[in-house]
Amino acid sequence: MADQLLGVRGLAMHFSLRGELGRRLRGHPRAVLRAVDGVDLEVGDGEMVGLVGESGCGKTTLGRCIVGLYVPTAGEIHYRGAALEAKRDRATRRQIQMVFQDPYSSLNPRMTVRQTLRELLRVHRIVAEGNVDARCRELLDIVGLSPRSLDAYPRQFSGGQRQRVSIARALALEPKLLVADEPVSALDVSVQATVLNLLEELRQKLGLSILLIAHNMAVVRHTCDRVAVMYLGRIVETASTASLFSDPRHPYTQGLLEAVPRLVPGRTRSAVAVVGDPPSPIDLPGGCRFHPRCPIAQRPLCHEEDPQLALGPHAPAHRAACHFAWTQAPPSHVPEVELEAGSA
Amino acid sequence: MASVAVSAVEAPVVAEHRGFRQRWYRTPSFVAGASILGAIVVVAILAPVVTWHDPVEQNLVNLLQGPSWSHPLGTDDLGRDIWTRLVYGARTDLRIAVLAVLFPFVLGTTAGLIAGYFGGRTDTVANWLVSVVVAFPFYVLIIALVFALGPGTRNIFIAITIVGWVSYARIVRGEVLVAKRQEYVLAAHAGGLSSARIIGRHLLPNVITQAVVFAMSDIVLVILAIVTLGYLGLGVQPPTPDWGRMIADGQTYLTTHWWLSTIPGIAIVVTALGLSLLADGIADLLRPE
Amino acid sequence: MTAPLLDARDLRVEFTLARGVLRAVDGASFRVAPGEALGIVGESGSGKTMALRALVRLLPRAARLVGGTVLFDGKELTALDEDGIREIRGRSIAMVFQEPMTALNPVMKVGDQIAEGPLVRLGLGRRAARLRALELMRLVGIPDPARRADAYSFELSGGLRQRVMIAIALSGNPKLLLCDEPTTALDVTIQDQILALLSSLREQLHVSVVFVSHDLAVIAQTCQHVAVMYAGQVVEYGPVDTVFREPRHPYTLSLLRSVPNVDVVRETLLTIPGSPPDLAAPPSGCRFHPRCTFAQPDCKSGEFPLRPLGESRATACIHDEACAHDVRRDPVIANG
Repeated sequence: MADQLLGVRGLAMHFSLRGELGRRLRGHPRAVLRAVDGVDLEVGDGEMVGLVGESGCGKTTLGRCIVGLYVPTAGEIHYRGAALEAKRDRATRRQIQMVFQDPYSSLNPRMTVRQTLRELLRVHRIVAEGNVDARCRELLDIVGLSPRSLDAYPRQFSGGQRQRVSIARALALEPKLLVADEPVSALDVSVQATVLNLLEELRQKLGLSILLIAHNMAVVRHTCDRVAVMYLGRIVETASTASLFSDPRHPYTQGLLEAVPRLVPGRTRSAVAVVGDPPSPIDLPGGCRFHPRCPIAQRPLCHEEDPQLALGPHAPAHRAACHFAWTQAPPSHVPEVELEAGSA
Repeated sequence: MASVAVSAVEAPVVAEHRGFRQRWYRTPSFVAGASILGAIVVVAILAPVVTWHDPVEQNLVNLLQGPSWSHPLGTDDLGRDIWTRLVYGARTDLRIAVLAVLFPFVLGTTAGLIAGYFGGRTDTVANWLVSVVVAFPFYVLIIALVFALGPGTRNIFIAITIVGWVSYARIVRGEVLVAKRQEYVLAAHAGGLSSARIIGRHLLPNVITQAVVFAMSDIVLVILAIVTLGYLGLGVQPPTPDWGRMIADGQTYLTTHWWLSTIPGIAIVVTALGLSLLADGIADLLRPE
Repeated sequence: MTAPLLDARDLRVEFTLARGVLRAVDGASFRVAPGEALGIVGESGSGKTMALRALVRLLPRAARLVGGTVLFDGKELTALDEDGIREIRGRSIAMVFQEPMTALNPVMKVGDQIAEGPLVRLGLGRRAARLRALELMRLVGIPDPARRADAYSFELSGGLRQRVMIAIALSGNPKLLLCDEPTTALDVTIQDQILALLSSLREQLHVSVVFVSHDLAVIAQTCQHVAVMYAGQVVEYGPVDTVFREPRHPYTLSLLRSVPNVDVVRETLLTIPGSPPDLAAPPSGCRFHPRCTFAQPDCKSGEFPLRPLGESRATACIHDEACAHDVRRDPVIANG
C-alpha cells in the first residue's frame, strides 16, 4: 500500500520458561509462552489505530516488538515498505517511539526533564548544540507544560503531567509512528481526557501515526480510526471503528462490548457477556482459541480448526477470525449506539 | 474554554525539591554519625599536633605507668605512650579500611552491573563465582589468604578485595534486575541509547544507593577484620601502631592493667557506632523523597 | 426511603503529617437503604476510600475519625470502643478490597481463609466451618469448590481471587458490604462477571452494598443511589438515574463530560482545567470553584453543605440551576 507506514506480517514472540530443564526431564513437553502468535497489522500514514484486548492477550508485547524492544521469534515488521532488521540502528529507532503506561516508572527519577530531553537530542544530534535548550522548551510547549518544568524532577509532577513529559520525550526524536501503550490507564478519569486530546492534536498538527494500545473500549471508540481486537496472541477482528462498534462479528468482540459497563443507568442483562477465565498463554486450547468460552462454538469445527482472519463479503476492510463471522445473523444483544450529530 | 484540547500550560504540582543539601542537617542519624566520625578523623589527621611522644619509641624505664600529665592514658608494656599509639592507630586503621572498602566496592559494583544487565552466560558465570566465595566463612577465607600471601598491608588489601566484592556484586545485581525492567530504561533502549550509556547514566545512579549504604557498614566490618588480623599477628606489622595489635599486646595484663586492651577496644566501638549512624543517615538521605 | 440501614453524617477524617494536618474527608454524608447499592464516585484524592474505611474505623495509623456520626442498624458506631467496632467488622459489616492479591493471605489455603470467619467468630466446629466454606464458594460461583478450596491464592486467576474475597466477606453473614474498587484491577469481561455476582448476591441475600469506584459506568450499572465526592466532601447525592442524566453539580457534569464512553461519541472530550486542591490547604468557599465554569463571586467564600432538593436528592452547589440548564442544552446521556 502506498501510504502504509507500518506493516506487521506473521509476527510471533515466544518466551521460553524458566525451569525448562526440570520440566523436560520429567517428560513434559516444551513449555513456551506464546505471547504473540501470528499477527498481521497495518498502520497507515496519519492514522490512529486502536489495539484492544484484556490482560494476557499480548498487546503490550506486540507494541514492544514494533518499537524494537524485543526481537521477534518469527515474522516481519515493515516500515515504509522496507523490512526492519532485528537490531535497529539509531536512525531507524527514531522513527518509531513509545509512550509507556506507568507514569511513575517511565521517567528516570534522578534526571530532570531537561536532562532527559537533552540526552536524546544530543545523542541523535537532532539540533545544533546551541539550539538544544530552545528545542526542549518547544517540546514542552507542544505538550502543554510550562518551561519551568524543565528543571523539575519527575516526582514533582502529577500523573497526567508525567505522561505529558513522556510524550515530549517520545516526540524529541521526531518519530513518524508513536506506539502508546495504555497511556491513560493509570490516570484519573478527568485527566485521561487531557492526554487523549493531546494525542489527537499531535496527530493532526504533526501528522503522526499512532498505535493506541488499550484495554478500555471506550478510549479507543473515542479516538481511533480503526480498531484491532486481540485475544491470546492473535488478532481476532479488525475493522473501522464505526464498523466494529456497530457490527462486531467475532463472538469475543461481541462479548467484550457487551461487558463494558454503560453510563446509561438501569440497563439490565440476562447473562454475563463472556463466561469463564481466559486460558493461560502457555497452555493454549486446540482449534479456535476462543472456543472454550464461546457461546456459538460448535463441534468439531471450532475444537479442531483454527480460523483465519477473513474479509467480510460486503464490509470494506472488516476482518474477523471466526468460522461463523459472516454467516451468523447479527446478534440481538449488540447495544444501540447513540451518535452525536456530525460524527461519523 | 473547557473544550479546548490542551488545557492552559501547566506548572509542576510540587514546587520544591528538597535534595541532599537541604535535608542533611535535619537527619539526626547523619548528624550524629558524621560528628563522631568527623571528630575521630580530625584527631587522626592532627596526630602530630595532639600527641607529643613518638608512637614507636620504646622506653623500658617507664613501663606500664598509670595516667599522668605526660602520659594521659599511661604507657604500655614497652613504655610507649598509649594515647599516641591510639591516635596513630586510628590513622593506620581508618586509612586501610577506607581503601579496603573502595576496591571491593568498585569491583563488585561493576561486576553486578554487567552481570545484571547482560544476563545470560555472563550472569551465570558471575553467580557461580559468587557462590564459590560465599561458601567460605568470611574470616576463614581472609585469614587463609593473608596467611598464604604473607602478612602486611598490601596483602590485606588483596585478601579483602577478593572476599569482599561479592556482597556488592549481589546487591547491585539484584537492584539491576529490577531496575532494568523499569519503563524509563525501556524508553532509553527504544530511544537508541547505547548499553554503556544506559548502564552508566540510567542504571548506575538508581542502583548504587544500596551499595553505598552497605559500604558504610562494610567499613566497620573491615576495621574489625583488620583488627582481628592484627590480633592474630597477621595484620599490620609491629611496630606500626594498630588497634588490634594493641589489644593483643595488652592481653597478658588484662587482670592487672586492664586499660591496655580496653581503651583500643572502646575506640573501635565508638568508631563502629559512628559509621553505623552515618550509614543510616546516608540511607535516609539518598532515598528519593 | 424506608429507614436506612446505614446513615453516615458529616464524616471527617484527619491525617497528621509532618507538614501539617490534612482533612482527607471533610464533611461527607450518605445513606444506604436495606438491600440496595450505593455508589460513591470520585477521583484520587476525593476521600472516597477514607470515607468508606471510616465507617468501620479501618483507618491507617496516621489518620483519625474526628467528626461525624454513623448510624448502622440502629446502633451508633462512632460511640463504640475498639472491641465494639471489631465485633461489627467482618460480621455485620464486611469489606471487599481492590487488590485480591494483597488482601488474601498467600500462605494459607483459600478454603481455610473462607472458613476462618465461621470457625473463629461464629463458633462453628472444624467440619461445619469447612462445609460452610464450600457452600459459600458455590454461592459465589467458584467451579469445583472442593478442589479449589485447597488452592493457594497465587494459583488462582484475578476473577477467582475476587470471588474468594467476596466469599470471605459473606462468611460472617453481613448486612452491609463495603466494596473498595473491587473490580478496578480486573479485566472487563471478568469485571462483568463479578458485578453480575454482586448484584445477584444483593438480591438473594438482601444485603446492602456501598460501592466505591472512580468508574461512573460501573456505578451506573450496579447502584441505585450515588454520592459524588470531591476534595473530601460529598458534593452531590441522589438516585443514580437522575444524577447522571441531570447532574446538579458542575463537578458531576464535568466528570460525565470528560469520561470516554462507548455509547456516546463527542468531538472532543471535556477536560477539567486545573488540578484537585491540596487537602492541607483547600480553597476558601466552594472547593471546586477555581475549576468551575459556572463559578460566581459568591462561590468564593462561605460553607457549602449538602442542600436537599426534594426527596432523596441533594447538592452542594448554589448555582445548580445553571448547571441543570447547561445539561438540558447539551446532554451527556441522550434521553429516550
